[in-house]
Amino acid sequence: MIRSVCVAGAGAIGSLFAAHLARVADVSVLARRPEHARALKERGLRVSGRSDFTARVAAATDPDDLPEPELVILACKGTDLEPLASRLAGHFPAATVMTVQNGLGAEEIVGAHGDWPLLSSVTFMSGTRHADEHVEYVLDTATWIGPYRGTTVEDARAVAELIVSSGLKAEAFDDLRPAQWSKLIFNATVNAVAALTGLPHDFHFAQTEEVSSLGHLVRDLVDEGKAVAAAVGVQLGEDPWEMNVLATQRGHRHYPSMLEDVEAHRPTEVELITGALVREARRHAVPVPLHTALYRLVSAKEASYS
Amino acid sequence: MKVCIVGCGAVGSLFAANLARLDDVEVWAYDASQAHVDAINAHGLRLSGAGEVVARLRATTDAGELPACDFGIVATKAMHTEAAIKATAHAFTEGCVATVQNGLGNEETLAGHVTRVIRGTTFPAGKIVEPGHVQWDVRGDTTLGPFEPQPAPAAEIERLAEACTRGGMPTEAVADARGPQWRKVVFNSATNPIGALTGLTHGRVCERPDLRLLVSGLVDEGKAVAAAQGIELDPDPEELIDHAAKPEVAYNHKASMLQDVEARRRTEIDYLNGGIVRFGDEHGVPTPLNRAIWALVKGVEQSWQQ
Repeated sequence: MIRSVCVAGAGAIGSLFAAHLARVADVSVLARRPEHARALKERGLRVSGRSDFTARVAAATDPDDLPEPELVILACKGTDLEPLASRLAGHFPAATVMTVQNGLGAEEIVGAHGDWPLLSSVTFMSGTRHADEHVEYVLDTATWIGPYRGTTVEDARAVAELIVSSGLKAEAFDDLRPAQWSKLIFNATVNAVAALTGLPHDFHFAQTEEVSSLGHLVRDLVDEGKAVAAAVGVQLGEDPWEMNVLATQRGHRHYPSMLEDVEAHRPTEVELITGALVREARRHAVPVPLHTALYRLVSAKEASYS
Repeated sequence: MKVCIVGCGAVGSLFAANLARLDDVEVWAYDASQAHVDAINAHGLRLSGAGEVVARLRATTDAGELPACDFGIVATKAMHTEAAIKATAHAFTEGCVATVQNGLGNEETLAGHVTRVIRGTTFPAGKIVEPGHVQWDVRGDTTLGPFEPQPAPAAEIERLAEACTRGGMPTEAVADARGPQWRKVVFNSATNPIGALTGLTHGRVCERPDLRLLVSGLVDEGKAVAAAQGIELDPDPEELIDHAAKPEVAYNHKASMLQDVEARRRTEIDYLNGGIVRFGDEHGVPTPLNRAIWALVKGVEQSWQQ
């Protein structure tokens, strides 16, 4: 059993991992801001929503001030991954490192900064961060884990078991790519449409009654993504269109992070998500005019406030 | 000659005030804004900026007051065409009705209520500063021609064009007015929604090479739909787009659709990109990018109803 975990990057997802895992392991949080680390040390990390408890965690802004963990979970946004990975370079040589970022390419970014064994994961859980030391657990869907570099499915299973024992949902897979690509296509479609329209992921995304209904565009974007996956040779896990319909039927109006980012005038993950999909499409000569259009529009929207 | 301006907003006011300067033209204005109508009746209609005019004319919110007119000039936003012509059609039983509105489909709507229709395209622009007072921002030409399925007689089109020109609104009567109309529609459809979705001014849209390619993709679809109807666009809308991007022309111009989106006003997207999609479907020309942009801007409008 894994006994010590460092969660690097404590937004909503990182906070959910850190608080739950602290119930079954020693957890430390590597924060970016000193006041964030101080709040966690002084007040603990509170979870509300689907769970309700406060966890004790160690926290610091310098990896040297944290105990050596067996597992590092990199839970920051994709846009913060490069600087975070470079801060970890030279630290925790005995640890296994797991990425949780949306899109494609997180493992390569991290792998360039150290020889750690790497695990890939995608998470479907969601939360809302209310304060540095308070996160609300919203969607209790699973995190899927697979081997990436110097790891086996047994390593993935050990992490999944740890996560399950902490009260979250997780599952290990031999090959994560079917899940990763399903989520990539889902995110490239839903997040970009939400960021451009201002709509949370709600019923509009599945509507097809009129010629201009948003569901047609969503379906066309999913179809482009499927064609890329097929050309890459990935058999998709869940069907992204069905994931979309199901999510809109839950009645919960989820705000994709890309929408929150453009509303807060922050950089988005469009490069790692839509950008990655468009680059894979180009490499395999698959036309993706609609994803290309959305990629250009979201990138330009970011430019309008930077 | 009696002329009724139907929809006396900024563009309608430019026609109304300039035509009212002529001794041989009696101008009526029909508008939904009681404050604007009252101000015009009390103090006259004032233009300032590109031209200084104070004109006396009769304005009303009650279509029942309108006399039988030789001409109507419809200048409402495209989504109000149906209601406006339905209310005023009785005044044009013996007359001809011209549209100087944006987008596609206005002529068809007018033809549902009046017999003789004039297809028009106009470039002058302004904004209402206060009731009874319009800021005239841009001078420009107007083109009038027959709406082919239910045309006004050529001599009548000439008569209206001559009066507009003499009043200070340079207007040309042509045998086929579809080219100028489609050139403006293609220009607007390729640029306005891109500004609206990204928040960028016209010049900033054009200086991003990737975004400029998206604009060209939209132009190409519009040109293909025009070509399928035998409509020639000369000069090419691409030239207008590059011309407008110059610092001394409209680099810093926020497209009217961007202004609409910022003010959360309903846009004319249904009559621009939506019009191109509808005519494309009729003529078997695929318009996937215009369709996507149409759905995105409709999504923006839907996000305000949350």
